[in-house]
Formats: sequence, structure tokens, C-alpha cells
Amino acid sequence: MFGVEERFDVPRSPAVLMKWAPSRRWERHAVISNKPGVSATSVTVLMTEYLVSIAKYRDKDAFSKLFAHYAPRLKSYLMRQGANLASAEELSQEAMLSVWRKADRFDPTKASAGTWIFTVARNLRIDALRKERRPNFDPEDPAFVPEPEMSPDRALEVGEVQAKIKAAIAKLPLEQAEVIKLSFYQDKPHGEIAEELNLPLGTVKSRLRLAMRRVRTSLGEDK
Amino acid sequence: MNASHHPGDDLLVSYASGSLDEPSSILIATHLSLCPVCRGVVALAEGVGGELIEQIDLSDIGTSDLDACLARLDEPEEFVGAAVETIDEAVDDAISIPRPLKDYLPGEVKSLPWRWLGPGVQYTAIHTEAKAPKVGLLRIAPGTKVPMHGHTGNEMTLVLAGGYIDATGNFQRGDVESADDGLVHQPVADAGEECICLVVTEGELQPTGIIAKVLQPFFRF
Repeated sequence: MFGVEERFDVPRSPAVLMKWAPSRRWERHAVISNKPGVSATSVTVLMTEYLVSIAKYRDKDAFSKLFAHYAPRLKSYLMRQGANLASAEELSQEAMLSVWRKADRFDPTKASAGTWIFTVARNLRIDALRKERRPNFDPEDPAFVPEPEMSPDRALEVGEVQAKIKAAIAKLPLEQAEVIKLSFYQDKPHGEIAEELNLPLGTVKSRLRLAMRRVRTSLGEDK
Repeated sequence: MNASHHPGDDLLVSYASGSLDEPSSILIATHLSLCPVCRGVVALAEGVGGELIEQIDLSDIGTSDLDACLARLDEPEEFVGAAVETIDEAVDDAISIPRPLKDYLPGEVKSLPWRWLGPGVQYTAIHTEAKAPKVGLLRIAPGTKVPMHGHTGNEMTLVLAGGYIDATGNFQRGDVESADDGLVHQPVADAGEECICLVVTEGELQPTGIIAKVLQPFFRF
């Protein structure tokens, strides 16, 4: 229904799109995506299209759709990170506002909409709820070592990568899935996760490593 | 030259999820500046985070207020001042220090307040908002044997200049060595070039040799 080849037909013809009431197109997609049986992958593709449309055309209809999907998810995520209901509501709104403002920095060739929105919410959460900073690398840094040139046939599409990550998570042994979920949903160091699960710290670390190895192997990667 | 010793994926996951403490994040972000391979792993881990956001169960969360958010879309963006630049761009450090670390240093590496730790070994602490672990730079004169020592907690070392060897391998710029509380080692700095490392320590170093025992008071960072 939403083949990969269809993904970027909208941005490819912006002149047509502008005349063409984009909201109707989004509504048509959204209705279809709410029907049972539509794969989550097409939702991911759709969300990425909304985000691209926000960046290019400041499309408020697309933003409304994106908000309906992600704002409650971010609220739940922030509550798991220790925010109360009121501040989770406020922070999730701030996060969606950041998404609107920074949408032009989203690169659909590098990440899915969900992944990028996760990083926006994570950074906002650290600024708001934690006193410590989280330094990040800067590709403009003169000391930065860039990626080696990749042969184009090796590079996977973002949508494919995300689908493989999803499949790999679904196939993780329960005990590995558990530590991965705790790592992302709760703002806790591994030591605290180990205490909570009543496991030695080394076991938590090795389960995380095994889980990541599975995710990497599913993408044909190895260090 | 690319790094050949990498931090464990458990640390890269913590960094991606945002739960890693600030001192360790300085080291990881500095390594990531130098290591495209680990940047790829962090991107994958962020993909896992994105997928877990998609999977969140919304049954008990209620609705979010779209209208309130839509009303704010056209508000002028609050001015959020850029991070205060503490680094004079004109200072051309002899050692190329990646930005995530450089932002924490008050000046050129050579001019930092180095403290004598032992023969040929100096240390300078880096201040963060975190209570623990400790983070700082070690400066080891060419060819110096650091006294044999163990660790009471985890220790991570990232080489920024020069290099060293110990029983577990040969470490050069960009490489990370993770020593857990079991490792006892005696790093030896490469001859010919001063070795500068970023070190994150949870516990105390435990000297095992006689010289190191004499020097123990100085090993407390």
C-alpha cells in the first residue's frame, strides 16, 4: 500500500503539492493508517512524510497528525522518566514545539521521524529534569573524524533500518528485552537497574551488549 | 587513523538513552567525535529508542492538548542563548582536542593546572555537575612506566595524544580502555611522545607495587 518507492513522491513535486491541498492527502493516509491491519511500518513512513512537510511548508495539518501520534507517547515516556502528570504534559508540549521549530534539521536519510523525535525529547528531558549536562559530538568540530565513504549498495534505507530494528527487538529474549526497555524508559544508571532486577551489574551490562549485538547482526553489521 | 579499542555497547546504549552520567558522557562523546563506528552504534541505539517510543502503551495516559500547542506555533521563539563560549578560538592547541571535551577545559592543554602524581605522571581534574565519577586528564611523560595498580571501581581511559601499552593491548588516539575492578595493570607510555589521556574513575586506584604504595596518597584524584 505504501511502498518505499512512494515515500518521497510528495517532496519531489513541491509546486504541485502547494496547489493541491496537502491536508486532504494527509487525511486520506491517516484514515487508512487507523484501519486495523495496516502495518506499523507504513505509520513510520507516514510520520516521516508529515515531518518533511512541516519542514518544507510549515504544514500545520501535518503537525496536528504528528502531535496526535507522538504527544501522548512523549507524555508517557516523560512520566516513566520521573516527571509528574502536569510537567509531563508541559514537557511533551515543549518537545512537540521543538519538533515544529527544528523540523528543518530533520534529515529523512539519516533517521525515522520517531527516532529523531525521541532524541529531541531526550535532550529536552535532560535539560529540564537533570542537573548534569550531556555533551554531544559536533560534525563541524575540526577534530571530528568523518564517516568513510560507503558504497551506495551497502547503505540501507532508513525505513528498512527501522523495520529491522523493530523486528530485532521483537525477537529479543525476554531478559534482554527487559534491560533494553528499562534503559530507555527510565532515567536510571545500570547499577540501579541491576538493584531493581536483583541482578549483578555485570549481568545487566552483558544482557545489554547481547541485545545490541542482535540488533547489529540483524543489520549485517559487526564491530 | 580510526580507533581500534571501543567502549562496550552497554555504555553506548546508556549514552543514547540519556541516562549516562556527565563525566562518562564527556568521554563517550569525545570518543564518538573520533570514531565513526561507534557513532553508527549510537545511531542504532537511538533507533531502538525511537521504536520503543512507538511501542508505548497509551491506555492510561489520556489525551494531549493539541489546541494549546497549535496556539503556540506562531509565537516567536524564545531566545535561548548559545552555550557560553569559554574557549578562545584563536588558541591553537598543539593537541587537537574534540569539542565535547574542549568545552570543559579552561585553556590550552599544556597550560592547565597540572598536579604532580608521581614520576612522569601529572593529573588535572575537570569540573562537572556530577558528584561521581571523577573525570580528569592524565599526562604521562614519554616512556614512563605508571606504577602497577588495581582499581576499586570501574575506570575508563581515552587516549588523546601519544599512546601506551599494557597487558591487554596497545592504545592510541581515540582508543578506549575499560578497566573493571578486577584489572591490575601497569601501563607504559610510548617512547617519543607525551601521552595525554582522559580518565573517568569511579573508585580509588589501588597501588600494588612498593613504589606505588609509597605514592598512594598522590593517586587519590
